[in-house]
This record gives sequence, C-alpha cells and structure tokens, in this order.
Amino acid sequence: MVLKVISANKAIAEAVRLSRPQVIPVYPITPQTSISEYLAQFVADGEIDSEYIKVESEHSSMSAAVGASGAGVRVFTATSSQGMALMHEILFAAAGLRTPIVMANANRALAAPLSIWNDHQDSISERDAGWLQIYVENGQEALDSIIRSYKISEDKDVHLPSMVCLDGFILTHTVEPVDIPSHEDVDNFLPNYVPEHLYLDPERPMSIGTLADPGYYMEARYEMELAMKRSMKVIKRVNNEFAEIFGREYGSVEEYYCEDAEIILITMGSLCSTIRDVVDDLRSNGEKVGMLKIRTYRPFPKEDIYNAIKNADKVAVLDKNITFGIGGALYTDIKSKIRDVDIYGFIVGLGGRDITPTHLKDIVNKTKNPTQDITWIGLKEGV
Amino acid sequence: MKIPEEELLAPGHRGCAGCGATIGVRLALKVLGRNTVAVSATGCLEVITTPYPETAWEIPWIHVAFENAASVASGVERALKTQGKEDVNVVVFAGDGGTADIGMQSLSGAMERGHNLIYICYDNEAYMNTGIQRSGSTPYGASTTTSPHGKESFGEDKPKKNVPLIMAAHGVPYVATASISYPEDFMKKVKKAAETDGPSYIHLNQPCTTGWGFNTSKTIDLGRLAVETGSWILYEIVDGEFKVTYRPAQRKPVTEYLNAQKRFKHLADEEKDKIQEYIDNVCAELRI
Repeated sequence: MVLKVISANKAIAEAVRLSRPQVIPVYPITPQTSISEYLAQFVADGEIDSEYIKVESEHSSMSAAVGASGAGVRVFTATSSQGMALMHEILFAAAGLRTPIVMANANRALAAPLSIWNDHQDSISERDAGWLQIYVENGQEALDSIIRSYKISEDKDVHLPSMVCLDGFILTHTVEPVDIPSHEDVDNFLPNYVPEHLYLDPERPMSIGTLADPGYYMEARYEMELAMKRSMKVIKRVNNEFAEIFGREYGSVEEYYCEDAEIILITMGSLCSTIRDVVDDLRSNGEKVGMLKIRTYRPFPKEDIYNAIKNADKVAVLDKNITFGIGGALYTDIKSKIRDVDIYGFIVGLGGRDITPTHLKDIVNKTKNPTQDITWIGLKEGV
Repeated sequence: MKIPEEELLAPGHRGCAGCGATIGVRLALKVLGRNTVAVSATGCLEVITTPYPETAWEIPWIHVAFENAASVASGVERALKTQGKEDVNVVVFAGDGGTADIGMQSLSGAMERGHNLIYICYDNEAYMNTGIQRSGSTPYGASTTTSPHGKESFGEDKPKKNVPLIMAAHGVPYVATASISYPEDFMKKVKKAAETDGPSYIHLNQPCTTGWGFNTSKTIDLGRLAVETGSWILYEIVDGEFKVTYRPAQRKPVTEYLNAQKRFKHLADEEKDKIQEYIDNVCAELRI
C-alpha cells in the first residue's frame, strides 16, 4: 500500500490516470481547476495516454465528452457550479444517449450572489438529468469512486453516466493520506472499455441522437428509469468486487451507530466526518444519536435509508441546498418515500457557511423538540 | 468530373420537395465516401433524416444539440484518433443558425484548436426548421417571421454575418464558399477540405423553397441566380490566400434574383438599388 498525502483533487487525478480514459475534454473552474491542471501535467509528462481537449467552455467539455463517448471510448471530465449549470442541456443528452461518461464535480454554490465556496446546489440541481450521483466524504473515497463509477456506468445493465461529487475546498484543497492503488490492480478491476451499444464505426454505421416523436420518446425515458433501478444491484456487485481487490467497502449508504439510535442525522459528503465526531461526543454522554451517510444520491437508496432509520424516534436531514419553499432535496426525497418516521429538514452550509459541532448539537436538540419542519442553521442574528 | 452514383444519404427522408440542404449532403458524401462520420447540429437536416426508428444516413452519424456540433465533432475526432482511425473523415453539417449564431462559440473553439474535421455550414439564410425566423446569416432586405416587412420595416435591416472570413481569421487552413448549384466546384472543395491536415470550413449556399418562397422545381435555378448576380461569391482561402473560384461571364442584375423570391417581394426599388450597389462594390474589389 502506497499512502500519499494529497488533496482530493489530486486523488481524483490519480484515479483518472489509473482508469485510463482515452479522451479528457476539460475546462478549468474554481475549485475544480487543479484537477484540470494535474491531468494536463500527466499528459505533458507522458504519464497518461489520453487525448486532452482544451475546450473553450463547459458546454463544450460535455459536448466533446458525448462525442467521444459516442465514438466508443472511455471519457473523463470535471466541473463545478456555474460550469455544471452551463452543461445542463448536455447532461441530459449524455444520459439520454446512454453514454458511460464519468465526471468529477467540485461542489460549489451557484450565483447569484457569486460564491466560489461549497454547497451542493450545483449537482443537486441536476438530479433529474439521468446521471448516477455519488457524494464522497474524503480523498480516498473520491479516488475509489471514480474507478468504481467507470465499472458501474459501463455495465450493460446501466449505461448511464456518473458524477462523483466532492465538497469544494473542504475536500478539493485539503490534503490527507490516500492509498493510491497499483495500475495492475486497477487494470484487473477495470479492463479496457469495449463499446457494445454506442460507437461510430464506418464498418457498422449507427445513427446516434435521432428525433423521437411522441410515439417513441416515453419508452426511451422509461428505459432510463429501468437502468437507474438496475444500477442498484450493479453498484452492490461492483462494491463487492472492489472490496475484494482493494479491501475498502462502500455501500449506497453508510450507517454510524444507527442501530439503537433515537435521533439519526442524515447527510452527504464531507459533513459526515464532523457529524461522526459529534455522534461520538454525544454517545459518550449517553445520548443515543446516530448518523446515516448517503453516498449514492442517484439511484436513490430508499430501502437502505428506510432500514437504517425505521426504528429511530426522530430523524434530521441536513441539506446543503434549498428548493425554495419546500426544503432541501434530500429531505424532500426521503420525506416523499418514508411516511412512518418523524423527519425534519435543516438547511446548512450554503455558500460555504461553516457548520460547527455546536450547530450540529443544536440540530440534535431541535430535532428532539421540533417546532417547525424546515430550519435554517447558522444564520446571522436578526435575519 | 465523375460523380459517384452511390448515395450515402438514402432517399425516403422527410425533406421538402426541392430541399437544397439534402442536395448538399448527397454531393459532399459522394466525395467523402463511406469512411466518414457525420455530426449534425439540431435543425432541418437532423429532423428530416432521423425520425426514429428511421435514418437516412448510410454512414455513422451523431447529433447531440443545436449549438455544439463542432464540440461534439472535436470529441469524435479525438476518440477516432485514439482508436487508430485517423483516416476516417469527420464532417459536420450545421445550418446557418447553428453556425453563425448559437454555434459560433463551439465552432470558434474547435477551429482554434485545430481539429482535423470538415465543417460544412448549409446556409439557407434563416431558421427554416422552426418556421423562417431570421438568423445572423439572413441577408439585407429579407422578410422573415422575426424580421417581417411592414409599414415601418423593409425586413432584415442588417447584412449577412461573414462567417467564412471569421473562420479565415482563425487561421483555418482551408476556407471556402460554395453553392449546391455548382456541384463540381463544391465537390472539388470538399475534396480539398478532406485532404487538408487540420480544420476546414465550407460555407454552402443552399436555396430553401419554403423559406425563400419559390417553386420547388427552381432550387438549382435560384442557387445559380445567387451566384450569377454576385449575391453569393464562390471563393476559397487556402492558407490565407484568397482566390475567386468562379466568375460569371456576364453578371446579371440582382433584381433577377430578388424578384424570383417571396422573401424580397416587398422591397421598394430604393432598397433593391442599395443591394445592387453593395454587390457592385464587392464585385469591383474582387474584379467579378
């Protein structure tokens, strides 16, 4: 095992190097930029054998990614925030054309007001695009998720693109020890991509991206729904294969002291690490608190979530995004699928606002003694 | 010039009778052959050739969106390169809206990066797929549904955006204009484009019966009139060297071209004179 102390962005770049995508169209944007830079340097140094396309926008990075994936090769790109918003149209096309593209998203707030700091509004706003969405907690998970995502997206039962979402600055620019697997192990786990459903080969002409009238469109969307459902099983299988080779296990959710918990906090991403500390702290005082981390937001692991929280008295869902007037996306999703558990929503950390252990303990208390469905945490006094 | 009989854009597509765009594609593919991947922007051509589950394309073809054909082609070209298929032609067919307007950024990026692809803009001088709205390529005086003539308007009040010169300014090694009514000239240019190492751009004038308003049997005639009156000039720019490739023996008055189309019918003599004067100036400079 080779442990290196690197940022999550570097971990992503290392994962890309190990996954051997043939084409990388990418456009820099804070806080994703260093991913673009590391990959450019890998190409410049001959460390990866990929075509790096220096596109002029994110709209074009995703368009070139779809073109390359349509032509039958493995593709990687990365983005953040405004860049993802600019891609919006083509994200839907990428999924609808069933391209197995893998993308990293450095989670950042959306303007206005302009903010370069972390929240989840960018990728959450694309939750209906037909992409698998993985939210990671640290650099190791970021690296592993890229490699696993190729295997999942390229599976014939899935054929949908994946985005690996990592918290801007909190992860992208924070160094921590990361195990970088060997090329040999990754090659064994993730063989070369051989396109069976999507290629542009003069020997076998195919028309990709045709017009579908009302007689055909709905079935194409239903096929995506089925693929998203099937991906649950594929994710489990791939996770097992991954664990066998690399010794690290990943589920669609991760429980932390949920079994006997009276209060469970649910969230995604790096915030889970802070919550683990708070849970430890409260547990040492005899409080039965647990945490449920959602790793796979799409496909939505509703059964795993239900099984984890069904015995809790009350549940708090922490969202770094907001659907105005309704609550956070994770809260509304969970609430819409699970009716017999007492669930409350908390809006936290928008635009990089700090979320401290004190805030989290406040959330636990507010969940014990609820006064409203949705509560914003960490606002300034008098707002 | 021997023109191959094989058609790589199959008949039975849903183009209008007298469609000029499909003539352009057929001619281009006769030059490029089967070892070609085509990329389309959203537009007439994409809609009429690929109503699922049918396709008129006998070669691999991809369409993603309206404004990104050049970016999609960039990805296709690099992907083919990594597969060792550098001999495959990558050709883009995009309309004037998808090129001069909404697709300008992606086109600029792809051309500046120097991808080995052939970009053919089939220019029918308005958004025809959605019902004749003006584009940056709509000529002065043309009446469209968004530049209509009326009591206070003589139609489009700006001249065409000059996309071929914008492409030349990018340093694109092969830039040309062409017309579907001069097939040999066009096909020679497609051949040169295919032989160019790097990007090439061909701006193809293509009369549209519905958008321009003329009888469906007159498509080729209208294309000829555009060139014979000097309204559309056939030239090429090879590594920065400008050369006119066709000079009408006797340039016809522009009214012959304008009066043959519904979109210019409303024009007063004063506006027609202005158009003639503009053409005369350009042609004087080019000695046409």
